[in-house]
Amino acid sequence: MEGVSFEVVRSFNLSVFLVPFLPLLASVITLIFGKRYLREKPYILPVSALLLSFLISLKLLVDVLSGKIYEFDLYQWMVVGSLKVGLGFLVDPLSVMMLCMVTSLSFLIHVYSIGYMKGDPGYYRFFSYISLFTFFMLILVLSNNLIQLYLGWEGVGLCSYLLIGFWYEKKSASDAAKKAFIINRIGDFGFALGIFAVFYYLGTLYYHEIFPRLPQIAQTYINIGSYEVHLPFLISFLLFCGAMGKSAQVPLHTWLPDAMEGPTPVSALIHAATMVTAGVFMVSRLHPLFELSPHAMAMVALVGLITCFMAATIAPTQFDIKRVVAYSTLSQLGYMFMACGVGAFAVGMFHLFTHAYFKALLFLGAGSIIHALHHASDPNDIRIMGGLKRFMPITFWTFLIASLSIAGIPGFAGFFSKDEILVYAYFSQYPWGKLVWFVGLLVAGMTAFYTFRIFFKAFFGEFKGVEALHGHYPHESPKVMTIPLIIISFGAIFSGWLGIPEALGGGAHFQRFLEQVLGHPKLLPVDHAVEYLLMVLSIVAGLMGIGIAYLVYVKKPALEVFFSYKFKVIYNFLYRKWYFDELYHRVFVVPTLWLARTVVNLVLDSFVIDHTVNGSAKTTAFSASLFRKLHSGIVNYYNWFILLGVVIYLIYIFIR
Amino acid sequence: MIPFEYYVLLTLLLFCIGLIGVLFRRNLIILLVSFEIMMNALMILFASISHYTKDVQGYIIVFFLIALAAAEAGVGLTLVVLLYRKLRKVYADEINYFRG
Repeated sequence: MEGVSFEVVRSFNLSVFLVPFLPLLASVITLIFGKRYLREKPYILPVSALLLSFLISLKLLVDVLSGKIYEFDLYQWMVVGSLKVGLGFLVDPLSVMMLCMVTSLSFLIHVYSIGYMKGDPGYYRFFSYISLFTFFMLILVLSNNLIQLYLGWEGVGLCSYLLIGFWYEKKSASDAAKKAFIINRIGDFGFALGIFAVFYYLGTLYYHEIFPRLPQIAQTYINIGSYEVHLPFLISFLLFCGAMGKSAQVPLHTWLPDAMEGPTPVSALIHAATMVTAGVFMVSRLHPLFELSPHAMAMVALVGLITCFMAATIAPTQFDIKRVVAYSTLSQLGYMFMACGVGAFAVGMFHLFTHAYFKALLFLGAGSIIHALHHASDPNDIRIMGGLKRFMPITFWTFLIASLSIAGIPGFAGFFSKDEILVYAYFSQYPWGKLVWFVGLLVAGMTAFYTFRIFFKAFFGEFKGVEALHGHYPHESPKVMTIPLIIISFGAIFSGWLGIPEALGGGAHFQRFLEQVLGHPKLLPVDHAVEYLLMVLSIVAGLMGIGIAYLVYVKKPALEVFFSYKFKVIYNFLYRKWYFDELYHRVFVVPTLWLARTVVNLVLDSFVIDHTVNGSAKTTAFSASLFRKLHSGIVNYYNWFILLGVVIYLIYIFIR
Repeated sequence: MIPFEYYVLLTLLLFCIGLIGVLFRRNLIILLVSFEIMMNALMILFASISHYTKDVQGYIIVFFLIALAAAEAGVGLTLVVLLYRKLRKVYADEINYFRG
């Protein structure tokens, strides 16, 4: 903690302990007894546990604001030499912010799920998993060491797998679950290596011991093959592999759009608001390490930049409403990494915070639409929507708020955080700051465009789904779903007001609060006139995006078809998602299957293994056919054998 | 005083008689008797060693062997009777129940 006086509380604190363990308790009880005893109301325990957790988190927030930090070890699992593995909690500005965000959203999404998942045969299972997820997420953000971070990291991965494959009878859902799990394994492999490297070179896994020791390795170079590699870069790169997997950045991003096979509340909570931001959280948590190496920062910025741009180009071509929102999540995660890559970690976390609310709202709004259309064969298809404004006014208004927020319209949360990122990128001391700013601006416009594309297609024009719904008309969702929507829409507006930048007369309280932990970004002197200009530019970009979307999807729908025919090559390239899935299929899946079917199956399995197994059986049978001749079953012969044995033994003793 | 070698010769003779009985006779009862003869040879050997070395250990072993021999004979005879009841056979080479 850089020069800030916090009172560090090192004794056990029950309230910190309860925040993650209440959801765990609720989850376990619901999973064990849910099927038999809680069939009708399995949500009681998880929802009340989450409410309690949320209230305790608020209390902890007040504590931290008044200058307290909790850091204590709950339990030592093993101590081997200098390796200590245990469960410990760290509540500082960074984790308390995540804590409040996770518990509040998780609580609201639990409530929403009561309505959304009603009547599902796995009702109790759903609540159990989603509470378990919350537990692991809280363990992740509360940990005070890397191993526990890894535990939470894998735990949320597991819950993500379980929940993407929640409707496991559907092949696409179970495939998507496997895909998410496997791609995350690739990233986590790097992450684990990174943790090993941290321990190997720094000799500890605890944050408060890692940071003072970082200067030791600041100038260390190690040889890999014939290359000299800067050690901080190597460790950062390995750790960042994990972040790429979990936060779905290029090239490990392909699982996130497929993860939309899961129930919508899951998409909102796990694949938009919380789990996928774990990568950003981890990078921010270990920011002193990343800042040691300019190359690592450049890598973070570049990966964020590519993902951000790529996702923003794919999103407008997709027709599945949830996939569009998923690509926008990718894009916004890219934004956060861009902020981290220019050293503005606090701002990145600010965007994470506001994004969690407006993106959850977008997803839940989409879920509300899907719920209304659930009689259709594919309720996610925006081509059967249209004119829903009349049928679902609450969903309409909340979706509008979320869209305005993500488009960066002044006054809404997304504006402040996105704008801060652009400003900090522009004034960054890192040479790639200007590039980040430019791409960020471009993507801001595209984001507005594709978000309003689904907005206009879903809520304006004529309702096109009468046939798909067999003549029914959609209806507004029940109160248990709309009330969380309304509450989150407050978050999507006001969460940004916590960090209004100085240039607009605010105090940037949110950023100052986090900068106590995350450090101040290295900036060139900030010129307020330029800052206003940048803001105006980003507002113009957002408005232009909305304007074009209005033109194409409301005024002249013919343009849509026109463009997709005129630029067919580009359109196909984008529609096929930059051919990433096809590429991976060719490069990884096909060779792996070939290897499995020929080398492993034909050579190893049917030759080596079969012959080993059959051979041992045959050898036994052959030797038995020889020795069975001695086994006559007549006692007298055995007596002779005994005598023979004794004689041989005696001879052996004598001649020895 | 009888020399020690005579005792050894006696026991060797008895042991060989028993051994030959075990190896060549087929009747199970005779087999048991032969075992007893071998055992007796051992007992005499122990007793004589004890007598000549003035050590009481050999006598103690002899007492244990007597008890053991009684028990063994009891169990052995029981088994033979049961075997006879079951199979109506008493010759060892006719009983090849466990032929491999």
